Amino acid sequence: MTDLLAIGTRKGLWLARSDDERRTWTLSEPHLLAQEVAAVSIDTRRPQPRVLAGIQYGHWGPTVMWSDDLGASWEETDHGAIRFPEGEDAALARVWQLRPDSPERADVVWAGCEPHSLWRSTDGGCSFDLVRGLWDHPHRQTWEPGGGGGAVHTVLPDPASERVTVAMSTGGVYVSEDGGTDWQPRNRGISAGFLPDQEPEYGQCVHKVAVDASGPDRLYAQNHFGVYRSDDAGGSWTSIADGLPADFGFPIVSSPHDPGTAWVIPLVADMQRVPPDGRLRVHRTRDAGGTWTELGTGLPDGNWSAVMRDAFCADDHDSTGLYFGTRDGCVYASADEGDTFTLVADHLPDVLTVRAARLP
Amino acid sequence: MTVQVLLPGALAGLAGGAKHLDLEPAGGTLADLLDALAAEHPMLCRRIRDETGQVRRFVNVYVDGDDVRFQGGLTAPVRDGAEVQVLPSVAGG
Repeated sequence: MTDLLAIGTRKGLWLARSDDERRTWTLSEPHLLAQEVAAVSIDTRRPQPRVLAGIQYGHWGPTVMWSDDLGASWEETDHGAIRFPEGEDAALARVWQLRPDSPERADVVWAGCEPHSLWRSTDGGCSFDLVRGLWDHPHRQTWEPGGGGGAVHTVLPDPASERVTVAMSTGGVYVSEDGGTDWQPRNRGISAGFLPDQEPEYGQCVHKVAVDASGPDRLYAQNHFGVYRSDDAGGSWTSIADGLPADFGFPIVSSPHDPGTAWVIPLVADMQRVPPDGRLRVHRTRDAGGTWTELGTGLPDGNWSAVMRDAFCADDHDSTGLYFGTRDGCVYASADEGDTFTLVADHLPDVLTVRAARLP
Repeated sequence: MTVQVLLPGALAGLAGGAKHLDLEPAGGTLADLLDALAAEHPMLCRRIRDETGQVRRFVNVYVDGDDVRFQGGLTAPVRDGAEVQVLPSVAGG
């Protein structure tokens, strides 16, 4: 059994492997060196796992590349996997999210991009079509860019229905129940302290959303101020931030197996995006946000870095593995649901995205 | 008409290793030249311009030594026999 960890950074992609039940990791040489890799996925639905990377050539523009041999070679589509149709007067700025759909939809891959747009591939990520329903939504012109740019950064297709949930900074949470044609904002209860109306219908800066293991209707959101849970597929949200040292942060990760279990990595505030007191810590809930436990074994004090929204993920082992990377280029892994962490890599460029998978 | 395009080393690999390309655009503007480049080398041209047709922000194009941003951009005239140089701008971190 081999576990693979893909680490996308501002200046390249690294692949770490573990062949000893996630006890130790071996880091590869850099792939796509000097290219920003802001989105990565490991598609294990295929006979040969496909690593997909949303890259940005510093001068030469963004695109999607893929490798079917674990990084030995990379391919891209001649005309670009993601390109706005003629007449839209828009150009792809960055790929923020690559999300393979369910095994039943074997070649479907979703991409969330900047400018705010959602894309769907039916050929495993080699080419994508613009999801018109969201692009043509009348709200789109009001979605402002967050500090990192205006993007769809979270895409959550429900494997059992036609529901697709996206999150945007800014814009907030939108849900389609028909595979992407019609979209409704679902942000009631989520604050937007940067707007005059602090609980608008839409326009929130939701940093990340995760689906609970209990089913598609229970969601968690790490907001730009606020950690929330919804029990009705985003119809309403309630705060679950009590018990955390701060309610600001970027990522939120849920357990693939255990209902009610999720993890966050708090930062002090939007004007102070560092761990509280310089203590890099993961916080875990086992009761859907009712209580939180600080997890710090193996994590550093004196750390003034941050973890970006896509730089935290879980694997699907029975004992859930957690992986996150920091802006100062450190990557930590836990094979015991966060009880203990070990350092997988350090001195990498800023870590933007991580994904883990068991190789077949 | 024939126009010579000079490529930086970072892009030559997308033109089979060639740093010089001779192209025959259908018209006399930079847009016409890039269309001709896209027809022969689509991946290379995508590095230079985005899907709206605009030259990417951190790519500089010079026609006979003049920066096209000050010569009309995509409408910059490109004469028969012109030398068009593509260079990455000073950017990064």
